[in-house]
Amino acid sequence: MCATCGCSDPAGVRVIDPAAEAHGHGHGHGHSHDDGHSHDHAGHDHGHEHGHSHLPAADPKIVQLEQDILAKNDGLAQRNRDWLAGQGILALNLMSSPGSGKTTLLERTVRDLAGELPISVLEGDQETLLDADRIGSTGARVVQINTGAGCHLDAEMVENGLRTLDPAEKSVVFVENVGNLVCPALFDIGESGRVVIMSVTEGADKPLKYPHMFRTADLMLVNKVDLLPYVDFDVARCIDYARRANPNVEVLEISATKGDGMDAWYSWLRERLAAVAQLDEVR
Amino acid sequence: MHELSITQSIVSTVVERMRDAPIKRVKVEIGKLSGIVPDAVHFCFEMATAGTTLEGAKLEIVEPSGKGRCRDCGTEFETSDPLPLCSACDSADIELLGGQELRIREVEVA
Repeated sequence: MCATCGCSDPAGVRVIDPAAEAHGHGHGHGHSHDDGHSHDHAGHDHGHEHGHSHLPAADPKIVQLEQDILAKNDGLAQRNRDWLAGQGILALNLMSSPGSGKTTLLERTVRDLAGELPISVLEGDQETLLDADRIGSTGARVVQINTGAGCHLDAEMVENGLRTLDPAEKSVVFVENVGNLVCPALFDIGESGRVVIMSVTEGADKPLKYPHMFRTADLMLVNKVDLLPYVDFDVARCIDYARRANPNVEVLEISATKGDGMDAWYSWLRERLAAVAQLDEVR
Repeated sequence: MHELSITQSIVSTVVERMRDAPIKRVKVEIGKLSGIVPDAVHFCFEMATAGTTLEGAKLEIVEPSGKGRCRDCGTEFETSDPLPLCSACDSADIELLGGQELRIREVEVA
């Protein structure tokens, strides 16, 4: 548990732009945000007024706060969401356990859609630039967020990541969350949609074991279906379980390495991006 | 694993709202279907409050039970199952009405 893993120590979070690191002259830093992506920190005022606790008259010792614990994160997430919507950007929060094939899926998606959809990636991992390097080698713009001991991305990390990433208008931003089926479910990062990736080398009962993750998903990708002849995985049962957690979840069966089902995934992306862009025009 | 973040959010929210008033007791609501383990929050609380105005404060956790409403037959029922089935018709299409609370209710100033 946390005391052991020290999860979410904010001091340990690092946002790394591999391009800037490699060239050593600060590409990607300090753009002016005349695009409206302002990052002021109103509401984070830690002023120190002394002796005014504004206690209610009834019992001067007890103060009703009535505030959601996640209110701060949710507020920052809404700010991300508003900014992304204003730019016509489709931001997808990709979540799964480690090893389900998120990065391979992104590598193939970026390569296949190069020249059609502008794509950039925020990579969340506890440590290393390994995934950012893999994505970067496809030619896509990528920024790595190392959470240190943290087990999930939160809205503030994504805000900082987006500022460095500086994604184009009407583009797709994939946010690859830390590989973990528990913690990321609770933290809104301002995404336009949530995609959960399952692979057939995992247990088909994962949706029952991790209901919070599946409950909030818009799409479940069942990955590595090329391995189905070799593993004991009941796809229909897995989908059934996922629909118990979330009756409206869409499901696509894919193989990111062999290419099965990828066209359906790309159609889903095009539809979602078109919907976001349309909303942007209505504004 | 995310209980430390949650506990830190409780502490920073109270400090932000109460400024430098020393806090003796904090009452929070953690719903039974919220996915947060109250024991783990208790465990993290001492660490998260060290050196703040909440240091030494008592943490009181209320755990509202889960409530669901069946979208098929309309029955409302209590549950502690994060994936409940309707108690009347066994449907899995359930809208959760309660049990997901994560809320700071009140604080007591020392």
